[in-house]
Amino acid sequence: MRTFSARSLLIGALILACVVAALLSIFVGSAPLPFARMADVFTGHGDPIARTILIELRLPRALLGLSVGAMLGTAGAALQGYLRNPLAEPSVLGASNAAALGAVIALYFGFAQWHPAILPLMAIAFAIIALVMLFALAGHSESPLTLILAGIAVGTLATAGVSLALNLSPNPFAAMEITTWLLGSLEDRSFSHVWIALPCIAIGLILLLWDGRALDALTLGEDGARAMGFDLGRIRLRLLLGVAIGVGGAVAVSGAIGFVGLIVPHLIRPLTDRSPSAVLLPSAIAGAALLTLADVLVRIVPTSNELKLGVVMAFLGVPVFLVHLMRERRLW
Amino acid sequence: MVKIAIEGLHVSLGRKPVLHGVDAQMYGGVVIGVIGPNGAGKSTLVRAMLGLIPVTAGKVLIDGVADMPRNRMARTVAYLPQGQTLHWPLTVERLVALGRLPHLAPFSRIADADHDAIERAMVMADVAGLRDRIATELSGGERARVMLARALAVEAPALVVDEPLASLDPGHQLEVMELLKAQAARGALVIAVLHDLTMAARFCDRLILLSQGRVAAEGSPSAVLTPDRLARIYGITAWFGTGENASVIVPLHRSS
Repeated sequence: MRTFSARSLLIGALILACVVAALLSIFVGSAPLPFARMADVFTGHGDPIARTILIELRLPRALLGLSVGAMLGTAGAALQGYLRNPLAEPSVLGASNAAALGAVIALYFGFAQWHPAILPLMAIAFAIIALVMLFALAGHSESPLTLILAGIAVGTLATAGVSLALNLSPNPFAAMEITTWLLGSLEDRSFSHVWIALPCIAIGLILLLWDGRALDALTLGEDGARAMGFDLGRIRLRLLLGVAIGVGGAVAVSGAIGFVGLIVPHLIRPLTDRSPSAVLLPSAIAGAALLTLADVLVRIVPTSNELKLGVVMAFLGVPVFLVHLMRERRLW
Repeated sequence: MVKIAIEGLHVSLGRKPVLHGVDAQMYGGVVIGVIGPNGAGKSTLVRAMLGLIPVTAGKVLIDGVADMPRNRMARTVAYLPQGQTLHWPLTVERLVALGRLPHLAPFSRIADADHDAIERAMVMADVAGLRDRIATELSGGERARVMLARALAVEAPALVVDEPLASLDPGHQLEVMELLKAQAARGALVIAVLHDLTMAARFCDRLILLSQGRVAAEGSPSAVLTPDRLARIYGITAWFGTGENASVIVPLHRSS
């Protein structure tokens, strides 16, 4: 019972952090709006400009921050549990790199200008192509090492494709556009992005949150898990689908945002009993809160260009990761 | 009581054939020692029995059922793999609780019956005092007992343990063998892969001696462990004696 109440407390605190982050994300922005004007919008009789800013710009941005963060946090926690490697993160399977390649191709050939939905849809398509390649390469092997090697191969190929696009880009502006997108951001996203990303992320979250027990059993190694009745082939299938669809959908709307999937499970793990299942759901909620807060930060730091989310996450991520590394060294 | 029948079992690891037609009949209520030199196929035999590796030919019948579904198998045969694999720094109690996973319905919470089983397993393996310690920080011997407690917590009618005595001091070796014996006395089938011939002779009701993937001898310890076989299969000369009415077998030197 004691661990149960500790877990409820943790989840409750994280949900509270999420709510605070979401409210900040809606009420803080580059356009200074008095609180009364914003409150009017939500009571139904606000002026059209405030309404547009809040409903058309800030609300989708907050929703994307929460859902992308939840997806990246969960993917990191699930992959660390499955691969039994605390350095695993969503990019190890190559899905996020492939999604980025899809987006870059959309930008490079100008498809992205036809319709705002083209870029995210191409990103998701490429994430799924990467998944098919991963299956072809890793075959029926249940070993995590085969999967990591296949993921590195797919990811490296996708990165090479992105580099090629930059290499061959016709003019500096095209290269700039690609690089800027790759830095990762939630700026100027609309509800069409939300509707593209949300179903993918929902599917991804369900698939990844499913297998907590099996991830616990994997603590005892593959033989140990199978002898406890878990079908590792099916677990791998759910994990791969969850990461490719979910992370593909997330990268499609936000660009490549690193570190969330890596550091969130590390932040959460010491607050739990350290079993992989106990880290999953809290990582989802903490990822949502963290990414949304970072997205608020990029709006309030006064810089000439708005800071990119991927940049801020990397700068936040490294020190947090180092502190945890120091602390963990006593345990490992 | 559980009954495991192995019929003409052939197993290959990669392309290398490891078992060449192994037959065995095993019933609950006894401790069966699987012995043999390194590479004889002991671990492969128990892994194939548990359905962890594919068999090329032959079959394993558990209570008359071939190819038992994995979740049912998990409740019928508890398995302690070789080598104490443990990937996360869990507390001892949390680790032992993993043994209840085969009994839990998806998304259900641990019930009182499960808590009781966890408690019993910890007491039996003498690790109840370590419950809040981090399992990865224990000594090798403590950790071996915690891993055994995890397997006991399954409370399955059959228990397969692969080298349960590795890294245990003599006192704890005796304790673990007594514990396995007690499990058998309650009707469980205990199959233990062992290297220590004295322990095998003293605590096992039956021995299966494997050599190069075949059963070289099977039967009571005194019938299986003969100077001639030790010379032929292990390539050793041993001293045979008795202490407290039990055999003592001490390897002396390699036979030339």
